[in-house]
Amino acid sequence: MEQPTPEYLQKTRRGEPVTLLEAISEGLFEEMSSDERVFLLGEDIGTYGGAFKVTRGFLEHFGDRRVIDTPIAEGGFTGAAAGAAHMGLRPVVEMQFMDFISPAYDVITNYIATSLYRGAGPMPLVIRGPVGGGNRGGPFHSQNVEMAFFHTPGLKIVYPSTPYDAKGLIKSAIRDDNPVIFEEHKGLYRAPALREVLPDEDYVVPIGKANTVREGKDLTVVTYGAMVHKSVEAAELLEKEDGLSVEVIDLRTLLPLDDDAIIESVKKTGKVLVVHEDTRTGGIAGEIAIRISEKAFEWLDGPILRVTAIDSPVPYSGSLEDYFLPQTSDVVKAARYLAGY
Amino acid sequence: MADATTKKKGAKTDVLKQYGVSPELALDMMRDMLLYRRFEEKAEEGYAIGKIGGFCHLHIGQEGACVGSIKPLRPDDYVMSAYREHTQAIAKGVTPNAVMAELYGKADGASGGKGGSMHIFDAEVRFMGGHGIVGGQVPLATGIAWKIKYRKEDSVVIVYMGDAAVNQGGFHEALNMAAIWDLPAIYVVENNEYGMGTAFSRVSKTDMTTKALPYGIPCSTVDGQDVLATYAHFRGLAEEVRGGGGPRFVNLQTYRFRGHSMSDPVSGTYRPTKEVEQKKAEHDPIVTLREQLFAAGHLDQDGLEVMDQEARKIAQDAADFAENSPPPDASQLYAHVWAEINANGRLFFDGRGEH
Repeated sequence: MEQPTPEYLQKTRRGEPVTLLEAISEGLFEEMSSDERVFLLGEDIGTYGGAFKVTRGFLEHFGDRRVIDTPIAEGGFTGAAAGAAHMGLRPVVEMQFMDFISPAYDVITNYIATSLYRGAGPMPLVIRGPVGGGNRGGPFHSQNVEMAFFHTPGLKIVYPSTPYDAKGLIKSAIRDDNPVIFEEHKGLYRAPALREVLPDEDYVVPIGKANTVREGKDLTVVTYGAMVHKSVEAAELLEKEDGLSVEVIDLRTLLPLDDDAIIESVKKTGKVLVVHEDTRTGGIAGEIAIRISEKAFEWLDGPILRVTAIDSPVPYSGSLEDYFLPQTSDVVKAARYLAGY
Repeated sequence: MADATTKKKGAKTDVLKQYGVSPELALDMMRDMLLYRRFEEKAEEGYAIGKIGGFCHLHIGQEGACVGSIKPLRPDDYVMSAYREHTQAIAKGVTPNAVMAELYGKADGASGGKGGSMHIFDAEVRFMGGHGIVGGQVPLATGIAWKIKYRKEDSVVIVYMGDAAVNQGGFHEALNMAAIWDLPAIYVVENNEYGMGTAFSRVSKTDMTTKALPYGIPCSTVDGQDVLATYAHFRGLAEEVRGGGGPRFVNLQTYRFRGHSMSDPVSGTYRPTKEVEQKKAEHDPIVTLREQLFAAGHLDQDGLEVMDQEARKIAQDAADFAENSPPPDASQLYAHVWAEINANGRLFFDGRGEH
């Protein structure tokens, strides 16, 4: 028998603010409640409630038919999820850390991404999990995985930065008929400053739509994930100290990219800085820059610049990791250079 | 327990003889286990006061498994492990100072502060890492064994993994290759019964002892909480493998007295508190050896105290060393990415250098 909804999953119902982590939990919980095709599988997600407790209480509520503790075998259980998705179910796979997705790379890129193309029908599944640095996790617990999959046609990639978007996007991802990779930044999971009251109703945030989180006219910062908050922080500082008006676009979805939102902003400001936490070479900034070059070259008043992590594995040492990761001061410095160009 | 029985009889039963272990060697193992216990307690303290960050997995409770299996090895043998490897690194010859400095993320750390708790590495003493993803090291160790055979050397490689690693595809692929190529590898499951918060019985229909059978690799089980038994067992295994006997698989039974990592509970939903208490009370490898040594008259309480003070001092010295070691220089971010320094590694804008 189903247990009542746990208290901590009813914060929105009570009008209380939620963290990004709680927003994802609520989104998963609601989709499972409204659609019996949705089920979860992953390592330690049931009895243990998940490494980060995203699925705490889910096993007790939904039972072990829909909340499945898997062996540590990412290739195997992602493949099994794909088969179930093929049969019309809607699995949500948790990678305990997204760094662990690599054993499933074969099944995701060769089988899941090409299923529809091969005439095998859709594979509507979500692969979600924690990403990102800043937690002293070292090289295997801090990576951003978007660009390992960005090059694969057939996948969608989502990377929210706020509780509102996270809940709306996890719901969209589950309802989407395509395979979706859903990245959750560990540093945002419980960030107190991000807590917000969400609408007490069923809402979604559409996949493929960016969000202009800050209007401006001098310069556009295109960013996503944890860097949204550092970019906004930089924009506020630049307004105060330099009188610069900086627009900040949160991509929210990386694949497909919202070209329209980027191009519209470029036409307004004429200057673009791309900021991402992922490493530089092969980072999404390169793709964004070429799209702008193709579609809005004549509107540019300066070079397209990027602030990113350094081309290195993620270092453990705190001083090195802070240096490795893009900081607010880096965004400020690059923006000042660009503004003066 | 055997030691309790021998004590009650009051006879000076020397279990050391049964295992062919000299008193000196047994005392040495006691010293090692005490050091590893105190070292990990010091790491626990370092984590609690924020000197160590990220993820930190302690080996407390598993000292017998560590000492008993590495002690019989030669300096030219290789050891590779997963991410509960601080004390295995020390056992293979990495200094406590270098391990603690790595945990502190300092320049003098075994990996220069870049790897942290899960990625300690020192090729000079043939400790081949520290690997932070479950099961990933098992195929790598197979490659080390391949090199030993290729070079016609007579060393062996021991690779440790947790019980949950045997469900990874790479484990099965690696064991099959080791078997068909007759490689000098000892695959050791440190079977502490739980993969993080999931009991092994919930993720495997079959017993651990069956896992290598499909590949034709002999399997043995040994009680890792009994360091003497473990030592004797691995001494024999290493010689078999060294002599060209092919790979071996060991179900090394043990138990962790702490949570999976520093941020996890010791017990709770996934294992009963009573179970942990019972294991600590009855299957502490240090207590077991202590009773064996006391019963045989090789050690007394005073001697034990001296040993323990030495262990505490080494652990404290390691923490002091780590504290005083400098942080790695930012230039290190451009080193070891490729074999050459990446001349174009600096960003157009990274906020520090001129572009």
